[in-house]
Amino acid sequence: MTVLLSDQRVVQSSEDVVSIRQAVRQRAVELGFNLVDQTKIVTAASELARNMVQYGGGGRVTLEGIEDLGRRGLRLTFEDEGPGIVDLDLAMRDGYSTGNGLGLGLSGARRLSSEFHIESQPAKGTRVVITRWR
Amino acid sequence: MERIAILKMGEYLLVTIQVDMHDRLAMTLQDDLTARIVSSRAKGVLIDISALEIVDSFIGRMLADIAAMSRILDAETVVVGMRPAVAITLVELGLSLEGVRTALNVERGMDLLRERIKERATDDGTS
Repeated sequence: MTVLLSDQRVVQSSEDVVSIRQAVRQRAVELGFNLVDQTKIVTAASELARNMVQYGGGGRVTLEGIEDLGRRGLRLTFEDEGPGIVDLDLAMRDGYSTGNGLGLGLSGARRLSSEFHIESQPAKGTRVVITRWR
Repeated sequence: MERIAILKMGEYLLVTIQVDMHDRLAMTLQDDLTARIVSSRAKGVLIDISALEIVDSFIGRMLADIAAMSRILDAETVVVGMRPAVAITLVELGLSLEGVRTALNVERGMDLLRERIKERATDDGTS
């Protein structure tokens, strides 16, 4: 697998979540994603970036254009040093939220991605990696 | 402070969301709109989201909350102009926008509002 391009952004506020949406949209367009795929990855990014702001105390997003076996994709990594998630299975469930959200952020982002990976350590932080192939 | 304009036209309130809203801006719109429904005694609210490139769970909930609050305040809400890619994504995200009336465009949305408000008036008359 080759990384075609990579850049990293800091997310601290709800304005930054908007910037992430715009950056992901731009990358997806550059990679030749169709409109529905663009919309899906931007929406997934919005959910995960908001989660970092609301629960992780902010964090970093790494955007990477990747190529593997002749196909292109966009890989997004969301990392925070927040309190972490104690029960990942529970957190991934539709409708479960420790805040006042709808509890669709993680589960919805997983459905909107081709690949989804999450790891979290209490008191250390959370890392979510999603990929959407073209 | 940044705000989304709410226009009054007769007994209707019209909102066109033309910016990529951050969460606080969405909450401000919700507060402003509920206040305006009461102060203007509006019977219908039309929200045009044709410029929105995404609707995520936060904006989706804002739309559902506005619809629910306006109903309690005796006004109907119709959301118009959702882009097809946004609709596809919303369903996959897991959000069905229950309780939110939608129409394809502003014209059909206005028709739907008039119809609903008329129905309501008739219902009230017979009860």
